[in-house]
Amino acid sequence: MSQTPILAVEALSKTLGGKTILENVSFAVRRGEMKVLIGPSGGGKSTLLQCLNFLHVPDAGTVRLDGQAIDPRARKALYAYRQQVGMIFQDYNLFDHLNALDNVALALRKVKGMPRAVAEERARAELARVGLSDKEKLYPAELSGGQKQRVSIARALAMDPKVMLLDEPTAALDPELIGEVLTVIRGLARDGMTMIMATHQMGFVRSMADEILFMQEGRVIEQGTPEMLLDADSGSRTLDFCTHLAEFEAGA
Amino acid sequence: MQQAFEVLIGAIPYLLGGTGLTVAAVVGGMLIGLALGLPMAVAEVYGPAPLRWLVRLYVWFFRGVPILVLLFLFYFGLFQALGWNVDALTAATIVLGMASGAYQSQIFRGSIESLSKGQFRAASALGFTDRQAIVSIVLPQAARLSLPGWSNEYSILLKDSALAFVLGATEIMARTQFVATRTYQHLALSLAACGIYFVLTWAGVRALRMLERRVAVPGFGQQEARA
Repeated sequence: MSQTPILAVEALSKTLGGKTILENVSFAVRRGEMKVLIGPSGGGKSTLLQCLNFLHVPDAGTVRLDGQAIDPRARKALYAYRQQVGMIFQDYNLFDHLNALDNVALALRKVKGMPRAVAEERARAELARVGLSDKEKLYPAELSGGQKQRVSIARALAMDPKVMLLDEPTAALDPELIGEVLTVIRGLARDGMTMIMATHQMGFVRSMADEILFMQEGRVIEQGTPEMLLDADSGSRTLDFCTHLAEFEAGA
Repeated sequence: MQQAFEVLIGAIPYLLGGTGLTVAAVVGGMLIGLALGLPMAVAEVYGPAPLRWLVRLYVWFFRGVPILVLLFLFYFGLFQALGWNVDALTAATIVLGMASGAYQSQIFRGSIESLSKGQFRAASALGFTDRQAIVSIVLPQAARLSLPGWSNEYSILLKDSALAFVLGATEIMARTQFVATRTYQHLALSLAACGIYFVLTWAGVRALRMLERRVAVPGFGQQEARA
């Protein structure tokens, strides 16, 4: 693994409203790798993901894509960078006035400047990839949560991203809908997509994560493979947190 | 009674002409208001601070002064001072439009602010510029949400347009009063004016309601109310 990391994060810090949200966070993601962010809410996972594509601008630190540092003040370069970094949100954020097909095709037309027919053809291919070919005419309000999240994944994939950021993509879903979304994400991993994902789906983390970053109070407290951190006698904070999580969910 | 009918029937072509002028002033005023109100709403939500203050000052002024005072201020005051030779109806249309722009900006601003911020973030994450996100994501949704308020604004502007009478514009109100003073049929002609305004309100609101249905998106609107 001597190749340069596809995404490198160096000493990222962010303060919001006088509160330190991220403190000196560094890590590197290799091509095709699945990094998972775990940790208590308010620990900085979401802010970190939003800093990675500059929806929040970090106060300090550097983000590099393919070795190239991103300067958020260079707007043109920033827009080009964001096209290469797909983002999936917990609450989908589909465009409510557009049907599934247009949700996927719009950025292709407006951002990439594709003609409508070409954009729609590509959008149909992406909807097929997430198993929603028969839903292209439906509007967000007519889709289930799982279907909405799959449309949002198709929308991100259509831009041909090099990296995908997933911010608790199943956290807002009813339990019976989580599986269909995780299946799509597994498929992406199998196809070699590089991903950074905040999630508490521990079964998924155990089987899919190449590395876990455990975040608390804005810092990466622990970092390692699922085997290292989730082994029954690892004594890790990650394991401790996940055990409590499991107890809470069993009790709920 | 019979005389009143004869006067009314004889006056129909004249009153219809006035109706056309009223419709022109109201449609013109609504469009000027739209052209002013929409950019002002966008500026008030997304613009830099000085622009926001400018918009607030504009809205504060035009909402704070009676239409009648505005009509005098611009037609006999400002337009004269500028050496601007416009006829009464055009002047009334412009003034109604400027005042409506203030109200419309607040209709659109409310709609824009009711939209979830998440969609804008999703657009940014896809590489949209702010301008593209506003044009392609925010405005199409805000416009749909604004239609009921816009329809209400139409019905108010229509009735405000009767004030153009005081500038000497020969719209509905002016023409019914001219005929009334000549024939002494005040009741009949005032009722005729009522009837015309009533029909115009009804027709306009109905047409906008049809537009609302035409551009409706399944689940959109209800969903916003829930969120």
